Amino acid sequence: MACVLEAPLRMSVLSEVTASSRHYVDRLFDLDPQKVLQGVMLLYLLQQETSSTELRTECAVVLGSLAMGTENNVKSLLDCHIITALLQGLLSPDLKFIEACLRCLRTIFISPVTPEDLLYTDATVISHLMALLSRSRYTQEYICQIFSHCCKGPDHQTILFNHGAVQNIAHLLVSTSYKVQMQALKCFSVLAFENPQVSMTLVNVSVDGELLPQIFVKMLQRDKPIEMQLTSAKCLTSMCRAGAIRTDDSCIVLKTLPCLVRMCSKERLLEERVEGAETLAYLIETDVELQRTASITDHLIVMLADYFKYPSSVSAITDIKRLDHDLKHAHELRQAAFKLYASLGANDEDIRKKIIETENMMDRIVNGLSESSIKVRLAAVRCLHSLSRSVQQLRTSFQDHAVWKPLMKVLQNAPNEILVVASSTLCNLLLEFSPSKEPILESGAIELLCSLTQSENLALRVNGIWALMNMAFQAEQKIKSDILRGLSTEQLFQLLSDSDVNVLMKTLGLLRNLLSTRPHIDHIMSTHGKQIMQAVTLILEGEHNIEVKEQTLCILANIADGTTAKELIMTNDDILQKIKYYMSHSNAKLQLAAMFCISNLIWNEEEGSQERQDKLRDMGIVDILHKLSQSSDPNLCDKAKTALQQYLA
Amino acid sequence: MAEAGAGSLHGGDAAPPSPPREQELSRRLRRLYPAVNQDETPLPRSWSPKDKYNYIGLSQGNLRVHYKGHGKNHKDAASVRATHPIPAACGIYYFEVKIVSKGRDGCCEILHSKEETFQERVFGFVFSPLPPAIPECLLEKRYMGIGLSAQGVNMNRLPGWDKHSYGYHGDDGHSFCSSGTGQPYGPTFTTGDVIGCCVNLINNTCFYTKNGHSLGIAFTDLPANLYPTVGLQTPGEIVDANFGQQPFVFDIEDYMREWRAKIQSTIKRFPIGDRLGEWQAMLQNMVSSYLVHHGYCSTATAFARVTDTTIQEEQTSIKNRQRIQKLVLAGRVGEAIEATQQLYPGLLEHNPNLLFMLKCRQFVEMVNGTDSEVRCFGARSPRSQDSYPGSPSLSPRHGSNNSHLHSTGADSPTCSNGVMSTKSKQSHSKYPTLSSSSSSSSSSSPSSVNYSESNSTDSTKSQQHSSTSNQETSDSEMEMEAEHYPNGVLENSSTRIMNGTYKHEEILQTDESSMEDSCPQRQLCGGNHAATERMIQFGRELQMLSEQLCREYGKNTMHKKMLQDAFSLLAYSDPWNCPVGQQLDPIQREPVCAALNSAILESQNLPKQPPLMLALGQASECLRLMARVGLGSCSFARVDDYLH
Repeated sequence: MACVLEAPLRMSVLSEVTASSRHYVDRLFDLDPQKVLQGVMLLYLLQQETSSTELRTECAVVLGSLAMGTENNVKSLLDCHIITALLQGLLSPDLKFIEACLRCLRTIFISPVTPEDLLYTDATVISHLMALLSRSRYTQEYICQIFSHCCKGPDHQTILFNHGAVQNIAHLLVSTSYKVQMQALKCFSVLAFENPQVSMTLVNVSVDGELLPQIFVKMLQRDKPIEMQLTSAKCLTSMCRAGAIRTDDSCIVLKTLPCLVRMCSKERLLEERVEGAETLAYLIETDVELQRTASITDHLIVMLADYFKYPSSVSAITDIKRLDHDLKHAHELRQAAFKLYASLGANDEDIRKKIIETENMMDRIVNGLSESSIKVRLAAVRCLHSLSRSVQQLRTSFQDHAVWKPLMKVLQNAPNEILVVASSTLCNLLLEFSPSKEPILESGAIELLCSLTQSENLALRVNGIWALMNMAFQAEQKIKSDILRGLSTEQLFQLLSDSDVNVLMKTLGLLRNLLSTRPHIDHIMSTHGKQIMQAVTLILEGEHNIEVKEQTLCILANIADGTTAKELIMTNDDILQKIKYYMSHSNAKLQLAAMFCISNLIWNEEEGSQERQDKLRDMGIVDILHKLSQSSDPNLCDKAKTALQQYLA
Repeated sequence: MAEAGAGSLHGGDAAPPSPPREQELSRRLRRLYPAVNQDETPLPRSWSPKDKYNYIGLSQGNLRVHYKGHGKNHKDAASVRATHPIPAACGIYYFEVKIVSKGRDGCCEILHSKEETFQERVFGFVFSPLPPAIPECLLEKRYMGIGLSAQGVNMNRLPGWDKHSYGYHGDDGHSFCSSGTGQPYGPTFTTGDVIGCCVNLINNTCFYTKNGHSLGIAFTDLPANLYPTVGLQTPGEIVDANFGQQPFVFDIEDYMREWRAKIQSTIKRFPIGDRLGEWQAMLQNMVSSYLVHHGYCSTATAFARVTDTTIQEEQTSIKNRQRIQKLVLAGRVGEAIEATQQLYPGLLEHNPNLLFMLKCRQFVEMVNGTDSEVRCFGARSPRSQDSYPGSPSLSPRHGSNNSHLHSTGADSPTCSNGVMSTKSKQSHSKYPTLSSSSSSSSSSSPSSVNYSESNSTDSTKSQQHSSTSNQETSDSEMEMEAEHYPNGVLENSSTRIMNGTYKHEEILQTDESSMEDSCPQRQLCGGNHAATERMIQFGRELQMLSEQLCREYGKNTMHKKMLQDAFSLLAYSDPWNCPVGQQLDPIQREPVCAALNSAILESQNLPKQPPLMLALGQASECLRLMARVGLGSCSFARVDDYLH
């Protein structure tokens, strides 16, 4: 009891000391484990309903000061269940005490060691916090700060949204206190990020007769603090990407985009430049007009080249502190620049050319591919992927810089997110006109791609089979055999029964590419004929969309083009019936594809054509051909007539 | 207005812009460039019909430019400059050009020096960057340049090709910086595009905009006094300029905001370093000396006590000066002279010019009926006539006439301390009728005119002071020549009196018609005969003094003028409504008062100017000087931004 009586005095002294000396705060915990008791004691006092409010307030203040110390301080406090105690304190009627608790909570929640989920364990907490938002500018500031730090991912966003975060926080944007304004703005940038629901709501909310987008635009003004400009640009970016604001709206084209470009300028802090470039990359990612506008704004493409100049040679020599700072941000800067280059060059050939013409660009990408930081590697691959969409660049810069080498290296045991983009890039590099195709094959790409097709990750499976498809296009026999061998028949069947239609389509495409030119067809069908015919039957019988069936019929047409392979169809009455069925299908594409099969089978100049013609006539094919020759579709009509001529000759 | 009507009659393209448009432009330009003194440095408002090559045709109020040459090759290039160079005081200057019509395709036959050669690229073989696949001569070419050039640069060229010439060209998107070969700069531009050119006179750079998007810095280290310039080389090409006639596509005001914030934060963060204590002491000293100078005795004492500083001058001395100043301001100049001679013997003897000025004023006050030498003949008790400023105007008889003059002083606190010359000037010169009408309305309530000495000494003084400085600004209007701009400090007051006289004469003339009917006559020397005789006698003495001074110090035209003006009052039956009646305005006492105050302080080895006013004057003058030598940052650091 004596302790409690004396406490007010000691508390105030302690709070003064702790506030002024972090050193002291740290020692309080670190050196002497016994001292942890002090924290426990404070917590105990805080929770005592019997203690006076002044004392409890002082306790909260001191705990807040302790939490400002090292991460270990925060960990110890968390171990003592400080959050529960402080949340309990929020139920008090005393505003000063509530503010002290909130401030302490804020300090604890913004610490990286505190799991955000602690905020969401009790559903009543959020609604209570929402209610406290009206109490004072301090509660507003702290609560907004807690929300913006603890809102990670769509689940948190939804919880806060459902508790009316948008309505409760919107009016704080026009608060007279800069801190409140800023924390509210941050809240919205976090709430709206990649969240269409929040974004669509925000666009219609108005405060004092002004719509939120207008308020955000005002915050973009060039004399506003950089932090405010950047954060409101993020809000507008999220709203634009969610479709809540059109990409050609002047608030995006003439305000948000230029603001974000300014954030990339040399005058800004390194952190701001990183955030600016990343946000801009996100804003323009899918819109070619925005990409074009950004590419001409303030020499952005050249400006981004500066991102690679950290740490600069000057900083290394003269200033250790600066070097440290530069090093810390160097990775972030590089990955941000790569990301933005990737977005800029996503669709427009002229922009790609401008990017590649930037000083040492290809070297930088090549270096980026082998950096230790995963973030940088990923961004570099994305950039390379974007640029690889250019036929011209594939033939020139990509070849000059032997980009395929580091790319192949990246593909060896990289995390999935990198693999996805890298294998996409590889798809482009394997296009038949790409000079990199040969060396990539030689470096064991087949094996790698075949293993990708077995991945759990859908995107990887698609990319793997896609790359193989590209690789097989007009390839020599050896490559085709290698692909078949590498893939194995079981895997091929696995892919043909893949639940994803993309995988199926690309696999069929691969088969089509494999089964081209007569010798190849015969060779492959001699080794894998049975399985392939089985697969084809299966697909034609299955529930698939038109495109898939069309691809399959095309495969049959290719098989029918073989010399020995033809027999596999002619001896399979089931297949023949199916072909006949598709000739009379309601879809012209399928009719045409089936017609290709027939026409290949009855072609005159080939051995045994007479028997095949007879057999097919017996099946009633000729009648169908006559009918089709009257078709209104000129393609079908032509094709049918040509086929009938084979019978006449 | 009459001119405008005539202009619109001409009709067609050549008609000058209609007056509302011109007014709108003026309004917009004033808002964009408030720091520019447009009398000294006019802003570009259109293309110059004199400063162009003859292949250029102008229309639509000299805003539309069209090309009428052959356009065969670069020898046919033609440019036009704006009417005026860009004033440095703009800080940030901006204009836009819209490409209205594409001309004939300026292609194949023109073999331009800028054209590149093409080679088919062999894959994997040639390592230089690939040129565009389509030869440039097959593409439509727009030989036009938008930019800046100095006076005298050859107009038979596109902007950018010559020294002191800068341009951004539409055909290749290159920037030309005083050179025949361009640098890759931005995108190409063509029909329908709006190209903007922004000159930053703070860091002497320039950037362009295309359809409202900033393209980044094009030029650095620009020289001063550049003219907006466009050049064309394609027949049929037409471009329209926007010097502020229309809202701009690019948000230039946002860019200005950024620079204003930048410069103001530079000022705010100006390092004062270790001298922090010294700095504070200096500031306190400035405030204190200002208070002392104007004789705010008790305020000064209180301030000194709080800030723990000392006042150089003795209390009694301050009070003495205060007393003398009050006498002058009340129009009791004779008593003021007496008091001065008594308290500061020898002062006036050593300053014969000052003495003469005082005596002249005394004569004027006699005419006015305020000076004690004539007032003692009047019926009123001296006590009741002490009040300032309206001792002569106490009687409602001459309310309206005087009140207008007084109102000049009354609105002066807003244009405080002689720094807002432009504002006060406009209000006077442009709307004389307006100001007089408002003043007469204020005069209708006597309380606004009369201040009683006992309770409003300080306010009176402050008003008096600011009026004085306003006076000096108004003077500058009369001067017309820039060189005569006052330094913003209270110097050379005799000159000012003269200028003031001129000025008010004019105003009075314009006012006369509006108010002659309403005001009853005031009477010379309060209408007292004895007083009039005394005045005439005093006039003789004054004449003698003048002659004596002339003998001792040689001719003094200023004295002569003063005397002449003063005596002229007697030539009119109603001196208050005569061309020189301005002298009777109580406001005219203020420069006299300030001169006397300064002289007393000087005789006590104290500064004749309060350092605060010196600093203020210096700052204003410094900004004016910056504008003149081309330092654009002056536009965002205006003194009145800091005076609340």
